[in-house]
Amino acid sequence: MYVYDAFDRTFLQERVAEFRDQVARRLSGELNEEEFKPLRLMNGVYLQLHAYMLRVCIPYGTLNATQLRALARVARRYDRDYGHFTTRQNIQFNWIKLAELPDAMADLAEVGIHGIQTSGNCIRNTTTDAFAGAARDEIEDPRLYAEIIRQWSTLHPEFTYLPRKFKIAISAARHDRAATRVHDVGLRLHRRDGETGFEVMVGGGLGRTPYIGKTIRDFLPKEDLLSYLEAIVRTYNLGGRRDNIYKARIKIQVHELGAEAFAEKVEAEWRQIKDGALKLDQAALDTIADRFLTPDFEALPDDPAELATALANPAFARWHANSVVPHKVGGHAIVTLSLKPVGGPPGDCTADQMDTIADLAERYGYGEVRVAHEQNLVLPHVRQKDLPAVWRALDAIGVATPNVGLVTDIISCPGLDYCSLANTRSIPIAQKLTQRFADDARIADIGRLHVNISGCINACGHHHIGHIGILGVEKKDEEFFQISLGGKGNSKARLGELIGPAIPESEIVDAVERLVDTYLELRASPAETFIAAVERLGIEPFKERAYAPR
Amino acid sequence: MTSPLQRKLKISGPTAITANRLADGVVVWLTSGGAWSMAIAEAAIATTGEEVQRLLTLAHGDENTAVGAYAARVEVTAEGRAAPANLRERIRVNGPTIAPAA
Repeated sequence: MYVYDAFDRTFLQERVAEFRDQVARRLSGELNEEEFKPLRLMNGVYLQLHAYMLRVCIPYGTLNATQLRALARVARRYDRDYGHFTTRQNIQFNWIKLAELPDAMADLAEVGIHGIQTSGNCIRNTTTDAFAGAARDEIEDPRLYAEIIRQWSTLHPEFTYLPRKFKIAISAARHDRAATRVHDVGLRLHRRDGETGFEVMVGGGLGRTPYIGKTIRDFLPKEDLLSYLEAIVRTYNLGGRRDNIYKARIKIQVHELGAEAFAEKVEAEWRQIKDGALKLDQAALDTIADRFLTPDFEALPDDPAELATALANPAFARWHANSVVPHKVGGHAIVTLSLKPVGGPPGDCTADQMDTIADLAERYGYGEVRVAHEQNLVLPHVRQKDLPAVWRALDAIGVATPNVGLVTDIISCPGLDYCSLANTRSIPIAQKLTQRFADDARIADIGRLHVNISGCINACGHHHIGHIGILGVEKKDEEFFQISLGGKGNSKARLGELIGPAIPESEIVDAVERLVDTYLELRASPAETFIAAVERLGIEPFKERAYAPR
Repeated sequence: MTSPLQRKLKISGPTAITANRLADGVVVWLTSGGAWSMAIAEAAIATTGEEVQRLLTLAHGDENTAVGAYAARVEVTAEGRAAPANLRERIRVNGPTIAPAA
């Protein structure tokens, strides 16, 4: 965990006081809506279909138990006893009253969290691997660099009014668990000739015009991270389009200029600033690294007796095989908590669940919790001998469904049930799919399969990179859904391919089931995953079956 | 540039004016008396562009009570009351179609 200093705490308190005054002036009529709207958005406050929505930033998806309890308290005091974890490792509260927002923000500020820069055309929360600091395939903990980016980008005066929002993701492991190739800037820490540096990708993104990011630098020395980012964002800020909101993201600029020409502009800018104040010397890196509290891990043996005994229980064994992965420290494990129960809204977590998870984090997990971009939570550091007790406790509160990475671990945007931009609902489709595929043994047999659902073309549900992507479209006040196949968001990211005309809401679950059945029938062996089968066979055999019985 | 209020409104049927209450975001409907009601059944129903324009002007003039006012097509019940005419407005009137996390 990164520990904020007195400067951070004072800044947050002042920001809450400022917002409290702005709200009071709006409610009294001293500020009009046109004046107030940009102020509330800068604090993460949206007005949605039914109420104000507060988006709270969780820097690089890392929380301590105290912060998670504070989120529970906000959910209980000011909202309706739950929050919704998002694909950018944040949390959203859907029902907060404007007059109570300053109090909610004050409660959050007490534990060092806020909604600043979770909206608006600025640099948003830098996201990363939910397994950071724990993964065995990691080169370094990427959160150090995410924190450096946070400090650089927070209230950056030059980048407060960009053409559009700007999202950065960073990965430092062999497997990309942060979807870096579909971000405005993706950073991949890797090793070359004994040194570590970044592959820099730009212009990735989903939405109405999806692109996979283009690599403009294979290897950027770590010391140049901030100056190079500054050069990229400055190039975008100066040249990005402001005439058309739909063409204002950096991906359009990169596409229109070409990656090579864009890179030349960045390099030209960078040459002028690379040896300036943004250079990260080792002392600067050490200063920030020193403020990260690393757990004092016990040296423990792998596969302790307690674990071996528990594995005789088929339910525990199924959960263990699905939700637990090895930790970089012997005798420990990384545990993913599924927020995708059968019939539940993906990513929702109740205040009571949050409190219990915070307790478990303190008791069994060195006090740390992570938010995964797949809308699940993670206990990153659990002793293997404690896994049976952790499982029982998680199961008791409904977050131990053994479906992580499987067909029912669905990413879904809030859709038309909450969102003022949506065309169709998406959560009910996810709920019906989890009910259709409720059998644990069946979904384990189907294996790894990512289903992503968006309720409109803005693609907050990441449908473009779902193995099965579902996009809601409205036709004459009826909900229809387009299906795409073959998308993926990992290091070999690819956009899914549309299989044909949109399907009525009443038929979409059947269509998805037919796609899954087609895979089961055609897979070369149980070891061939759904995505591997689609890549081998192409979409045609799936397309034929999805639309078959008419 | 033409402001939204100056643009000629195309009305395709019975229309009401809706917005979100400033204090808490609750969905509200403009009544014929110029007040805001949480009940769509109390909404003023307009059938001409001129009437919708007049109500919208009234609504936009009261942004300290309700914000983001717009014209929404409505259905008219046998009792002559407004009712939501599409899924979006049904959800705004009735709330999410799903139960939240339990």
